[in-house]
Amino acid sequence: MGRHPNIEVLTYTEVDSVEGEAGDFKVTLIKKPRYIIESKCTGCTTCVEYCPVKYPDQYNQEISDNKAVHVYFAQAIPLITYIDESCLYLKEKKCRICEAVCKNNAIDFNQKLEKVEVNVGAIILSSGLEPFDPKVKEEYRYGQFVNVVTSMDYERLLCATGPYQGEILRASDMKHPHKVAWLQCVGSRRVTPGENSYCSAVCCTYTQKQVILTKEHDAEAECTVFHNDIRSYGKDFERFYERAENLPGVRFFRSYVSIVKENPETQSVTIRYSTPDEGVKEEEFDMVVLSVGLNPPADVQGLANKFGIELNAHGFCKAIPSNPMETTRPGIFVSGAFQGPTDIPESVFTASAAGSQCGELLDYRRGELSKERIYPPERDVSQEEPRIGVFVCHCGANIGRIVGVPSTVEYALTLPNVVYAQEQLFSCATNSAQQISDLTKEKGLNRVVIAACSPRTLEPLFRDTLREAGINQYYLDMANIREHCSWVHAKEKEEATQKAKDIIRMSVARVCRLKPLQEFDLPVNKTALVVGGGIAGMTCALSIAKQGHEVYLVEKDADLGGTARRIHSTLDGMDVQAYLRDLVRKIYQHPLIHVYTDATIPEATGYVGNFVTKVKSDRGVTEIKHGAAVIAIGADEYKPTEYLYGKDDRVMTNLELEEQIAQGEERVMNAQSLVMIQCVGCRNEDRNYCARICCSNSVKNALKLKEINPRMDITILFRDMRTYGFSEDYYREASNKDVKFIRYEPQDKPQVEAVEEEGRRILRVTVTDYILGKKLAIDADLLSLAAAVIPSAGNKEMSLLFKVSLGPDDWFKEAHVKLRPVEFGTDGVYLCGIAHYPKHIPEAINQAYGAAGRVLTLLSHDTVTASGSVCEVDEDKCISCGACITVCTYGAIEFYDTPQGRKATVNPVLCKGDGLCNSVCPTAAISLKHFADEELLSQIDAAVGDF
Amino acid sequence: MEKELEKIEDQVRKSLADNLRKGFADRNFGDVLVVGGGISGIQAALDLGAAGFKVYLVEKAPSIGGHMAQLDKTFPTNDCSM
Repeated sequence: MGRHPNIEVLTYTEVDSVEGEAGDFKVTLIKKPRYIIESKCTGCTTCVEYCPVKYPDQYNQEISDNKAVHVYFAQAIPLITYIDESCLYLKEKKCRICEAVCKNNAIDFNQKLEKVEVNVGAIILSSGLEPFDPKVKEEYRYGQFVNVVTSMDYERLLCATGPYQGEILRASDMKHPHKVAWLQCVGSRRVTPGENSYCSAVCCTYTQKQVILTKEHDAEAECTVFHNDIRSYGKDFERFYERAENLPGVRFFRSYVSIVKENPETQSVTIRYSTPDEGVKEEEFDMVVLSVGLNPPADVQGLANKFGIELNAHGFCKAIPSNPMETTRPGIFVSGAFQGPTDIPESVFTASAAGSQCGELLDYRRGELSKERIYPPERDVSQEEPRIGVFVCHCGANIGRIVGVPSTVEYALTLPNVVYAQEQLFSCATNSAQQISDLTKEKGLNRVVIAACSPRTLEPLFRDTLREAGINQYYLDMANIREHCSWVHAKEKEEATQKAKDIIRMSVARVCRLKPLQEFDLPVNKTALVVGGGIAGMTCALSIAKQGHEVYLVEKDADLGGTARRIHSTLDGMDVQAYLRDLVRKIYQHPLIHVYTDATIPEATGYVGNFVTKVKSDRGVTEIKHGAAVIAIGADEYKPTEYLYGKDDRVMTNLELEEQIAQGEERVMNAQSLVMIQCVGCRNEDRNYCARICCSNSVKNALKLKEINPRMDITILFRDMRTYGFSEDYYREASNKDVKFIRYEPQDKPQVEAVEEEGRRILRVTVTDYILGKKLAIDADLLSLAAAVIPSAGNKEMSLLFKVSLGPDDWFKEAHVKLRPVEFGTDGVYLCGIAHYPKHIPEAINQAYGAAGRVLTLLSHDTVTASGSVCEVDEDKCISCGACITVCTYGAIEFYDTPQGRKATVNPVLCKGDGLCNSVCPTAAISLKHFADEELLSQIDAAVGDF
Repeated sequence: MEKELEKIEDQVRKSLADNLRKGFADRNFGDVLVVGGGISGIQAALDLGAAGFKVYLVEKAPSIGGHMAQLDKTFPTNDCSM
């Protein structure tokens, strides 16, 4: 980020005013004085050491202190200090010690507020959120009882860079809490003044995370969660909930609670709650965590005024459902939690989505102001003796607390070919990476070992660091002394230090043998293929086409529209059919979009930038060359086998009910009593996930029916009402309009039978009401089942065609659940809509634009770089057995004919370097570059050999 | 007629683009301003930067990172937030 040539990061800066219009905004920024000259500060923190002023650390939720001059947090970008208003000099013109100790003369008390004007074509508001402040309600006792903390405070307590270096301690006595309680829905789902009526959407699952982490910190801890509905509506959340719930010593209680008192001696906190069996109880806890919800950003009205945008009733950005990235002012877009309470993946893909819309607006000027990254020429070191530099990272306290870092540095210096070694607080910090690069040049290093974490996340950064130093990037090895050492040997400090030395010795041995490898550029075909013509596929296709790229849109049905053809409205009142008609028209009218309906894909080959896909339709077979592919093939509706579905025509699914409501079906309009049953076909053993949308859809149908016939009796039988986010308001509205909600337990499901009584044919639904504590029989004219959304039957085939993976429930599996939510691990293939997981239409639109944004990051380039760490075949040794071809999941190996007969060959572009083929090859004809036998054997020798 | 209009439009755009390149390259001229340096703002800036746009990313705190930088781990994989 700090190294990107096209991004200028302005921290400690706020927007003052915005003038102009889409395409031409003039924005005045106010840079606050840091009192530090950014270009001179090295982040050495000597000034912090000497600063006499202690001040509550904001980053650590004011639990611990920091100094008046400090770095915001250990991995801050930029990693430089700033001086805050607690400074003695700023307050009383005294002190100035920092000035005296700074060797770089980086302190400048003469800095003033500085106005900077920038001209831009578009603006994205990613203003985020503010955690709910429980001080606004006295009943939460926050700030009053010292052992009542917020979930944000607790997050810092859990963290290695937190106030107590990752120890969970009570502020009252600096002891580990043994009994911890979490209170859900603090500030959320409440209509009392100062709190929010909506559901904050993330608290249930973050609490489960905190429970799991607490148990990791202390296996004996007793964790109790007091909750309302558990809203595990996201992908893999249901399993996560089960994981937390099934840990020993963990209790989940469905109860409202009140914080009663603080023990005057122990400062422990008593909570009162109610149980179904034993009535009201009181219990004492060592610590109480308030699971606070999400508020709009601070001073949101000021922000809205500044940017000239409107807010919704909750103070978040006002958005229209058909384009949630659009604000009310053209050219200004919104992403992330300012759209509404939201989790990280949504924050990420709405960012890509807003980016795509900026791209549509500014496509004419793309590439005009941007720059390519330029590296110094690579030094040929192949003839030199290895000169190795070893950098040992403390990772804050993650490594340094367990491993004796200074002694490993000393040890590294004794190893052969090591000419330099040093420790670093965070090797990944911008200034540390710069230091590695500078030292590599200064000391004439030609190989580098970073002893830190797993290469999975940061290897690209350190490779880049080597490139900056003019060294081939494959002359790097990462010695993983965190995941492989400090994290698993927390209680054996001495042995851990010895092991870290062993790992470093192995790395040093390996790095000597590494070869310089070249990466190569592949051309990128500028066309995209979108598979699936539902709302997601069409939205994505249109956004790509609007940025000047040809798009082939392939749909298996005769008509475009997908599942949305059966949906008539959304909870927030969008007319889905009108929207769909308009979208289909735009698709057909766009000159760059080619639509194939009634189409199948018999074959897909190729790789990022260069795919070749065959499409079979009534026009015959078309071969499409494309650089990117988007999978948006939607999902199916579960066909229930339970509750008389298919046996009695009065039993239908939610979607069928919606269609019948839209058609004004008489038996629906005139029904006296209607029952809905939630969680049909999911949250069970066969499908261990929540289908996310059914609760809101049932509420939607119930409200529609109440609007048509207010006297209709409607009962919704549910397990947890999962109307997350703003949908909560509609749940409340339904309840206020006398829709009855009755909770059932999965082991005691409702029973349905068709009976005839006094000449009236009815469906008798029997259910246990846990509040009344007895069985109820409800006589219904109609029964609607919230049938699960299930993965499309075509998912398996599609996953094979495009070599992408499916998750445990057969949903398509994204590259990273949080940070790469709309792309696959397979380069050049992207994902959006309900093929990823069930979601509401506005969410699918968000994601579709998001996928388009990611596609553009590929298609806007002429070339893409392929890795150097790939397999190659020694033809002399190849016996043409084909074992490698069978085992390769990427289809990267083929036979070809040579004068010496048939031999295997690896397509280096498709090869992912996973090491399967070289390990099955019976004659060791295949080797994986960067993991060659001699490289690995030298590492093993170093581990077991004499030393 | 339409074709000609398109041509003129094209020329206007080109000259505007030329202006961008020549006249404003050194001044504070960018394509997109991203307000907020949390995970969403960072992603928006990275995508736009990769897609050929010049981006200003403005953050009111002394560092980018936002609230995610305060989190210890993320659900449901319990990966490190940093």
